[in-house]
Amino acid sequence: MKTDIQCTVFDETSAYCLKDLCRLCRVHAQFIHDLIDEGILSPQGNNPKSWRFGAVEIKRIQISIRLQEDLQVNLPGTALALDLLEEIEELRSSKSLLEQLHALEKRV
Amino acid sequence: MEFKDYYATLGIERNATQDEVKRAYRKLARKFHPDINKSPNAEQRFKEIGEAYEVLQDIEKRAAYDKIGSNWQAGQDFKPPPNWDKGFEFQGREYTQAGASQFSDFFESLFGTRSPFTRAQTFHGQDPSFYRKGQDLHAKIVISLEDSFRGSKQTVTLQRPTVDANGHVFTSPHTLHITIPKGVTEGQRIRLEGQGGAGIGKDSNGDLYLEIVFASHPHFSADNRDINLTLPITPWEAALGATIQVPTLGGTVELKIPPNSQTGKKMRLKGRGLSSSTVSGDQYVTLAIMTPHPANKSDRELYRKMAETMSFNPRRHLGVTS
Repeated sequence: MKTDIQCTVFDETSAYCLKDLCRLCRVHAQFIHDLIDEGILSPQGNNPKSWRFGAVEIKRIQISIRLQEDLQVNLPGTALALDLLEEIEELRSSKSLLEQLHALEKRV
Repeated sequence: MEFKDYYATLGIERNATQDEVKRAYRKLARKFHPDINKSPNAEQRFKEIGEAYEVLQDIEKRAAYDKIGSNWQAGQDFKPPPNWDKGFEFQGREYTQAGASQFSDFFESLFGTRSPFTRAQTFHGQDPSFYRKGQDLHAKIVISLEDSFRGSKQTVTLQRPTVDANGHVFTSPHTLHITIPKGVTEGQRIRLEGQGGAGIGKDSNGDLYLEIVFASHPHFSADNRDINLTLPITPWEAALGATIQVPTLGGTVELKIPPNSQTGKKMRLKGRGLSSSTVSGDQYVTLAIMTPHPANKSDRELYRKMAETMSFNPRRHLGVTS
């Protein structure tokens, strides 16, 4: 059993350049360009050399790959699905917040 | 080994057309895709659907499967009859369905194993004959808010697909001891390099991604890096001001409540949230004034006295006088 495992946390400080991102997600740079053109990714920086990608981008890339492979969704469909998924996530978290508030009201 | 009713899995009749098979699969795959469906058994269902489709979309495989007979019930103990696949030509053929990473023992007893590398290969573009990157694995890890606050050591056991010398795929439990640094937040992911599915060639293992989920806490809730706590206080503490003790994830601290505080007032304890080595979080305390029940005659007397001596109309802004 290995004890020394390389562990990386993706948080708000994560920033990868295009090359590292491609290696990390095992995709070609062209795929990243396509996702940017579709508005799925919005890296920091003005040109490919200064682009920096964060935790959100990495997650979006990985979900895009899975949706395309598993469900044969095309790029515009992937973009739509990702937006809707994020909206559902936001609704879920505000719903659970509301439920917590209601529970608290009942206790008081 | 249990018999699997692939028709039931896709919710179709045994005489369904190939188009109906495809339609049923597409519909269910969208519904149970683990990125879309958040229920805990979605991934399992998605795999089952993928396996059923793998067999039924292929006319040869479907015919072979149908030959086993319709007398079998799902879940029934099953052993393939000897030479059952004679006359069919699906052995060694490429599988088309890229979604499911593993098929059941039932599937493998009938159709053999499949390569676990389909997904990685599609996008990788490297020479597949000498180097194959293993699959990335994704899992969730539930930790407590205290674990995140302090950083923690966790032990996780995962079923990991492995390939033996003959190229057969099997799953084996794999235990990992990992150190999760302090200040991780819900939904954040940790990448463990090389801890995913096994590949072929040097440094070819896939990676393991662990998504952080917080176990619910009796008092605190987390909003990204900030911790929220509703703090009950007495009416006199609220009116006169007080220094009271407040629990935080790092232990009890003292909080000074200013006079004339009201329910809903939000106060910040700086740096008492989920702080990583570079980013810090705060704890927010929301005050909630609790009205004591008058337990006896003297308590009731006290309330009456307040009513007589204090001119207080909390409904003035509503235009009512009493």
